[in-house]
Amino acid sequence: MEDYNLIVTSSPHIHSGESTSKIMLTVAAALLLPTIGSIYFFGPRALALVIVSSVAAVITEAIFQKLRNRPITIKDGSALVTGMLLALNLPPGLPYWMAAVGAVVAISLGKQIYGGIGANPFNPALIGRVFLMVSFTGPMTTWINPVDGTTGATPLSLMKMQGVSTDYMKLFLGNVGGSLGETSALLIIIGGLFLIFKGYADWRIPASYLGTVAVLSLILGRDPIFHLLAGGLMLGAFFMATDMVTTPITKKGKIIFGIGAGFFTVLIRFFGGYPEGVSFSILLMNAFTPIINRFTVPRIYGEVKAK
Amino acid sequence: MVKTFNGGIHPPYNKELTKNKPIKETVLPSKVILPMGMHVGAPCEPLVKVGDMVKKGQKIGDSKAFVSVPVHASISGKVIAVEPRLWPGGGLMMSVVIESDGKDEAYEDINPPKPLDKLTPEEIKSIIREAGMAGLGGAGFPTHVKLAVPPEKNIDTIIVNAAECEPYITADHRLLLEHPEDVVLGLKAIMKAVNVNKGIIAIEDNKIDALDGINRAIAGSEGIQVIILATKYPQGGEKQLIQAVTNREVPSGGLPMDVGVIVNNAGTCAAIAKVLKTGMPLIERITTVTGSGINEPSNLLIRIGTPLIDIIEQCGGFKGTPGKVLMGGPMMGLAQSTLDVPAIKGTSGILVLEKSDVKLFEPSTCINCARCVDACPINLLPTRLAKFSEKGRWKDAEDYHAMDCIECGCCAYVCPAHIPLTQHIRIAKNTITALRKKNKK
Repeated sequence: MEDYNLIVTSSPHIHSGESTSKIMLTVAAALLLPTIGSIYFFGPRALALVIVSSVAAVITEAIFQKLRNRPITIKDGSALVTGMLLALNLPPGLPYWMAAVGAVVAISLGKQIYGGIGANPFNPALIGRVFLMVSFTGPMTTWINPVDGTTGATPLSLMKMQGVSTDYMKLFLGNVGGSLGETSALLIIIGGLFLIFKGYADWRIPASYLGTVAVLSLILGRDPIFHLLAGGLMLGAFFMATDMVTTPITKKGKIIFGIGAGFFTVLIRFFGGYPEGVSFSILLMNAFTPIINRFTVPRIYGEVKAK
Repeated sequence: MVKTFNGGIHPPYNKELTKNKPIKETVLPSKVILPMGMHVGAPCEPLVKVGDMVKKGQKIGDSKAFVSVPVHASISGKVIAVEPRLWPGGGLMMSVVIESDGKDEAYEDINPPKPLDKLTPEEIKSIIREAGMAGLGGAGFPTHVKLAVPPEKNIDTIIVNAAECEPYITADHRLLLEHPEDVVLGLKAIMKAVNVNKGIIAIEDNKIDALDGINRAIAGSEGIQVIILATKYPQGGEKQLIQAVTNREVPSGGLPMDVGVIVNNAGTCAAIAKVLKTGMPLIERITTVTGSGINEPSNLLIRIGTPLIDIIEQCGGFKGTPGKVLMGGPMMGLAQSTLDVPAIKGTSGILVLEKSDVKLFEPSTCINCARCVDACPINLLPTRLAKFSEKGRWKDAEDYHAMDCIECGCCAYVCPAHIPLTQHIRIAKNTITALRKKNKK
C-alpha cells in the first residue's frame, strides 16, 4: 500500500484567508485619506510628522520585543497603524522629537508592557497623545490655520471660549484648524465607511457614539451638527473607538461603548475644562471594556430563559 | 426575505466541480470492510464467522441495545475476516470483511414490504430498523430511534434536511434532481411512522434548479411543502435548520423533539423509499468524490464498505500529490491517515485537497476582533472559550456554554490570527465530558 503521507489535522480544513496584517494594513490604507488631506491643509510637514511617528513606533516595538526575547511582529502592521493614528492626532506645528517621544510612549507604555498586541487595555495612540498633552501642553495646544499657516484657535475652542461657531462646510471639508487628521470630516467618513464595508470596523460603535453626541447636544440646547463635525469626534468615532483590541467583543457591548464615549465627550466638551473630550472619553471607555464584555454575554441559541 | 439563522459564513462552495454530474454507479468492489459501529450508539456483534458465504442484503451484525442498528452485507461473497480494522472515525473497530464472488447475488429472504398505505406506524419503524437505517447526513444516528417519540412529546413537523451546506458536496442536490420522488416517499413514511401531517423539504437557494422536480413529486400530497433557505454555512446544522424553518430554538441540552420537530437527511428519506420499494436493506449510498486533488470529480452510488482507495481509483485517481483526504466536507470532515478505510453509512463526501491547497498556519495573538463572535451560529464567544481551554479553565468553559458548541468550524475559519478556535473548544468539550463522567462515579 503506497504511503501518501496524508496530512491529518482536526477540522475545519479551510480558512477565510483573513489575517491580522491584512486588517492592519487595510486600516493604514484607510488612514491615508486623512493623511493626504493633512498634507493638503497643513503642508509637507504633516507627512513628515506621520513618517516620524510611524517609524518611531515600529522601531520601538522591534526593540522592546528584542529586549523581551520575543518574536518581532512589526510585520503585522499594528505599530504602523498606531504611529499613523498618533500623528493624525497631533497639531501640525508640533516639534518632531515630541512626536517621536509620543510614539515611543504609545508603543512601550501603551502596548508592549502589557504583553503586546491583544493584551493592551487602552488605545495605544491615545495613551501617546494624552501623555504628550499632559507633558507638553503648550506645543500640544498651539494650532495652525490650514493653507496660510498662521496661528489660530480650533473651532471647538472658539466655541467654548468665545461662543463663536464655524461654517459647516469648512468643518465638513476640513478647512479649519485642528490636529492633522481630525479636520476633514469628509475624508474620515469615506475612510471609515470603507473600513466598515470591509468588515474591519463595526458600524455599531460610530453609530452609537455619534448618535449619542448628537442627541445629547440637542437635549442640552447646543448645535448637534457643529459638535458632530468639529474637533476629533469623527476621527475618534471611526478610527479610534473602533480599535478591536480595546473595545467590547459583543454587539450589545459595542453599543454601550459608543453611548458611554458619547456621554463622556459631551460632558467634557460642555462642562469640563478642556474644549475637546474625545481622547479621554475613549480611554475611559477602554477601561470599562472588560466589565462591559462580562455583562453583555449574549443569550446562546437554545438558552432556556431564566424562570 | 429568505429565511436564515444567526451568524454563519460564506466559504467558497466549489460545487460546480460536481453539481452537474449525474449519479454514477460504481464498479462492484473486490472487497468490503463493514465496521460494526458505523452508527451512533452500541456497536453490533458480528453474526458471521470467517469462511461463511454471505449474500447481498444479508444481516451480518446486530445488537440488543435500543440505540443501535444492524449491519448488512453490501456485496455477496465470502467472509475473509472478522477482526478489528481501521475505520474512518479513527482507530480500530471490529469489522466484517467480505471478499466479493463477483456475482452480486441478493439474499433470498429479501422481499418488498406491503405498500405504505397498508403499513402501521410500528411496522414502518420496524422495517426502518431492520434495514439498518442510520442518518445518511453524516452523523449516522439510528433512524428508528429518532422516530421513537415518547408519548409526552408532541411532534407537529417533519423537516427533510436538503440544505447540504458543506462546500463541495452535491450528493443530496443530485438526489433531488434525479429522484425527488424517493425523497418524498421516504418523508411520507416518516410522517406516517410518527403520525405527523406536516412535512417540509428545506433546500438552500443554490439548489433552486431542483425546485420544479420536487414540486412535481409532492403535487397532490397533503401537508408537504418546500421551503427555500438562504445559502449559508451551516444552514444544514440541525439546530440552525429548525431555527430558520420554524423560528423555534432547540433548548440547550435538548433535542428537536422538545420543540415538536424531527429532522431527517434527504438521503435517509430516499434510502427509506428504496427499502419500501425493494425490501433491500441499506447497502449503498450516494457519495460526492471531489476536490482539487482528484482527476474526475463525481457523484457516485457506492456500496457501503468500499475501501476509499477503490473509490478514488474509480474517479481517475489522484491529481497531483494528495495533501488531505477528508471524509465529509472541508468544514467538519474527518482527515484520513490511510486510504485502507471503508466508506461507511454516513460518508456523504470524500474530499481530496491537493497538497498545495492545504495550508497550515502558525497561530498568532488574539486581537479581539470578534469575527468569531459574529460568525458563531450558537451565539457563543469562541475567543473566550478557546482562551479558557488553553489555560485549562474547564469550569469557566462550561459556564460559557462550551458544551453547546456544534463544532461547525466557523470560528476557526474566520480568525485573522489563525487561532485553532474550534479545535481548542473541542478539547474543552471532551475534557468537560470526561470530568462529568468521573464526577458521576
